[in-house]
Amino acid sequence: MTAAVATRGRESIRRIRAGPLFFLLPALVPVVLFSVLPLIEGIYLGFTDAKAGLNVDLAPNFLDNYIRLLSNDLFWQSFQIGIIWAVTTTFLQYVLGLGLSILMEQRLRFLWIVRILALVPWAIPPVIVAIMWRLVYQPDIGLLNQALRGVGIPIGELNWLADFNTAFPAVIVVGAWAGMAQTTVALTAGLKGIPIELHEAAASDGATAWQRFRHITWPQLRPVTDAIVSLNFIWNFNSFGLVYVLTEGGPGAKTMVPALFAYNEGFKYGHFGYAAAMGNVMVLVVLALLYIYLRSGRRGVE
Amino acid sequence: MIHRRSRQATALQYIALLGFIAFLSFPLLWMLSTSFKGPRELVALIPSLIPVSPTLENYGTAFGEQDLVQSASNSLRLSLGNAMLTVLVALPAAYGLARFASILRRLTMGWILVSQIFPLILIIIPLFLILKTLRLLDSLSGLLIVYLVWSLPFTLWMLQTYVKAIPIELEEAASIDGAGRLRILRSIILPLLAPGIVVAALFAFISGWNEFFFALVVLQSQEHFTLPLTLARFIGSEGVVRLGPLAAASLIATLPSLVFFAIIQRHLRSGLLAGGVKG
Repeated sequence: MTAAVATRGRESIRRIRAGPLFFLLPALVPVVLFSVLPLIEGIYLGFTDAKAGLNVDLAPNFLDNYIRLLSNDLFWQSFQIGIIWAVTTTFLQYVLGLGLSILMEQRLRFLWIVRILALVPWAIPPVIVAIMWRLVYQPDIGLLNQALRGVGIPIGELNWLADFNTAFPAVIVVGAWAGMAQTTVALTAGLKGIPIELHEAAASDGATAWQRFRHITWPQLRPVTDAIVSLNFIWNFNSFGLVYVLTEGGPGAKTMVPALFAYNEGFKYGHFGYAAAMGNVMVLVVLALLYIYLRSGRRGVE
Repeated sequence: MIHRRSRQATALQYIALLGFIAFLSFPLLWMLSTSFKGPRELVALIPSLIPVSPTLENYGTAFGEQDLVQSASNSLRLSLGNAMLTVLVALPAAYGLARFASILRRLTMGWILVSQIFPLILIIIPLFLILKTLRLLDSLSGLLIVYLVWSLPFTLWMLQTYVKAIPIELEEAASIDGAGRLRILRSIILPLLAPGIVVAALFAFISGWNEFFFALVVLQSQEHFTLPLTLARFIGSEGVVRLGPLAAASLIATLPSLVFFAIIQRHLRSGLLAGGVKG
């Protein structure tokens, strides 16, 4: 009896299933029209000579953009900067995030302060993070120079973000600061997922803290590590706002990450096709590097 | 012996803790302190972390800057519009996704991933051309369309996990009792979804409030600028004395985002939103 009623109920719910499109259409249409199709067109534009301007006809030029890119020194420099930027920033975010999340598992006082602080960079929009750090790096009244002068280092009025030697490292530090929060949160969740029994068993067998980290925490954390490192890498490689507000790619293109390079080509000089080609190369580079990273990880496990 | 070792370890842990606290908090404290310093103290030779004579002058100046106020109002309208539209469009779709469309569910997830991997330059160039054809360049409406499609996939995903958490048996029971489809949606699903709707709306609001790149490309005249654009331009025109009001305005601009994170932090820690919210 109950079963029969339940079947009837299920039946009439199923009748609703006739109209899934009715529910989905209002969301589907704008997303397809204004982001799926544009993305496909964007990829295609990378194989054309599209330019900004009124009614300029575009013609496919196949691999011309890529041949021009390959002979452009600034392109190579930008990718080199982009890869160094993404790899170092991702690495720092991971190391700092792991350290912090392990620290937060310990029994220490004042942990609540760091629990709040660990989230805060995530809550600050990238433009404001950049503004904040420009105040820190400010040559005459910035916190950093003040502190260095305070401990007696004759720093003068070093303009960290405008100096050829310091601009890039200074930007990387900001990148690490900004992305630490996500990493810490992900790794904390990962650490919580490791069964405590594993640690207890190892400890009762006399394993040191380092051995437990090496043989339990590290391998158990692997899936979370792979996920967050991959995501961070993608975000860092494609990131724009932070570097744009910090340095606009300067000094002398020392911090010209690929996203900035492509933006300049597209919207400063109006070379739409060329900029899109740059975007296509960025996708390939990201995918290739991710592939290398994930493969090396798998080999390490085997 | 072991005891002493662990005390050393504890000491090291506290040193590390202190290091983290300093690294994470100093930039913030510096901005906070800068925002409370008067013009004379800003250019003082030996500035201090804690302002000697704190003043609200900078906040006053920031609120008196026509450009800043105008952009804050633009940002507010844009973000509110985005929150409302996104939820309105995502709500039925999330229900559809959770209850019937398993292929589309996978496609949505796939699209979220794809949209992370592809650099924005590939999407913004065609979008720029489309908006130009529609005569929506340099307008908040044009930007609103971009924000809507950009926050939709993730909002959709988030909302459909909330729908899935509602047992289908509730709907079945109601249907046995003779409730129609609309009635079920209105009287059962909607009230149960309320917390999810709040989070989704907040998410859409914040992604509009914080966004920079699309705004930079789409908007061209100062009167249409959003807050991040105006702030970014503000710092370009440096002049040390202007840093005080800039710090004040930046802090105010961060407040909505801070409140949002305070509200959703439990979800963040549980990993539900990890990945989607990236500031």
